[in-house]
Amino acid sequence: MTDASPIVKIRGLSFSRGNRKIFDGVDIDIHRGKVTAIMGPSGTGKTTLLRLIGGQLHPDAGTIHVDTQNVPDLSYRQLYALRKRMGMLFQNGALLTDMNVYDNVAFPLREHTRLNERLIRSLVLMKLEAVGLRGARDLMPSELSGGMSRRVALARAVAMDPMIMMYDEPFTGQDPISMGVVVRLIRTLNDALGLTSIIVSHDIAETAAIADHIYLLSGGKVVAQGSSKELDESDSEWAQQFMKGLPDGPVPFHYPAREFTEDLFDLDNASRGVRP
Amino acid sequence: MEYLQSLGHKGLSFFQRLGRGHILLANIVMGLHTLLPRLRLVLIQVFSVGVLSLIIILVSGLFVGMVLGLQGYNTLVDFGAEESLGVVVALSLVRELGPVVSALLFAGRAGSALTAEIGLMKATEQLSAMEMMAVDPVRRVLAPRFVAGVISMPLLAAIFSAVGVLGGYFVGVGLLGVDEGAYWSQMQSSVDLYDDIYNGVIKSIVFGIVVTWIAVFEGQDAIPTSEGVSRATTRTVVHSSLAVLGLDFVLTALMFGD
Repeated sequence: MTDASPIVKIRGLSFSRGNRKIFDGVDIDIHRGKVTAIMGPSGTGKTTLLRLIGGQLHPDAGTIHVDTQNVPDLSYRQLYALRKRMGMLFQNGALLTDMNVYDNVAFPLREHTRLNERLIRSLVLMKLEAVGLRGARDLMPSELSGGMSRRVALARAVAMDPMIMMYDEPFTGQDPISMGVVVRLIRTLNDALGLTSIIVSHDIAETAAIADHIYLLSGGKVVAQGSSKELDESDSEWAQQFMKGLPDGPVPFHYPAREFTEDLFDLDNASRGVRP
Repeated sequence: MEYLQSLGHKGLSFFQRLGRGHILLANIVMGLHTLLPRLRLVLIQVFSVGVLSLIIILVSGLFVGMVLGLQGYNTLVDFGAEESLGVVVALSLVRELGPVVSALLFAGRAGSALTAEIGLMKATEQLSAMEMMAVDPVRRVLAPRFVAGVISMPLLAAIFSAVGVLGGYFVGVGLLGVDEGAYWSQMQSSVDLYDDIYNGVIKSIVFGIVVTWIAVFEGQDAIPTSEGVSRATTRTVVHSSLAVLGLDFVLTALMFGD
């Protein structure tokens, strides 16, 4: 891509849930045409980041520019107009359960365009062909396997030819074959449709295989970034622990608690945990 | 101190929910114009909210009417006034039992289903996915259901009353030997179109708005877990039943309390 300015530019992003700070001054750039991965341990707010970019959540501070528009400042109408140019793949697919596969993929087209049904049919079949599920068009979401529903959801997400695709944990809970399929699809769709992709994931091998750039999040901050090769060779402890999957390191194995021995012999509180 | 704190917390969260409920209602009403070109969405919901509630309304209406016929006859016959059975049955149904009982049944049958459906759509991220597809779930999912509920409720109440009058007729005229002509003619002369029927219709429209509003709000506001959805469904039935009974008193006082 010729345009060097980032399509998503996040500066000084802070967000908290209750008393817990999820993001504390995060800066992220997502470049056009690239596959960018946001990685980090569970609970670091990776999904929250996608929701912030999509305008479903409001940051406490900072700016999120998507294609020059600052998402938190947008009006209802502007936000919905921007979302038409974004696609998002949810963790479980989030297909509409009262419609079959075909109608699910046709849903955004019917909602947003005045195309006639013949044209919609061609578009839907093209998208379903791309994910290999043209033959499954009459099935209901309940009849699909996890991997299949994610692929249908992917077809639905690209139905409007978005400029940005966001993937929320696309590899979680997939068997090796459908995992391979999704990995390949994300890369192919990105290059063939000229998308910009953001993947949120903690599956290192799969993500590293297709991501051009990786951001590593932990404790509300970007702790490391670079290509997968750079991160592998990085001397940052965070990067090493995460990329190699070490159980203990800067991200502790234990949830914060008092000393184990102290807890174990605290018999006064033994009644907490009464059998039901 | 802790007790005070929790009391304050409960009070605050009550008012927050009340506020969210009203904002939702305002959003639904402001989005209603988008439904005009898409009446099919409303029709589908009228089917699932209204038509599918017909059986329970028909059966309950019939039995309530039959009980009214029996009880009314037993009371009236002591005064030799059993000819007025038609009036008693019709007025009780049209003014009170029709709108109230059908609203209670509607809350249990359709309201709970609405809450569970919307709550589960939230729990499975379907509402979120719609938002990200730039489709406003309030307009696409909640508004058609709300309108369908408001349309269905008065119709169901009217059907309930009509079937109830027939039930009273079967028992009173068919079994207990009340004069058929007296049953119908006394009813015809005593039931007033404005005072009785219109007021009953107004009641059922109000109940329709309140029950469906509570149902869609509880669904949208549910905590997106199995427990959250189950609690929201319970709340819909409890709150809307209480609201119906409370509002019934207020409306009755306003309409007939002079």
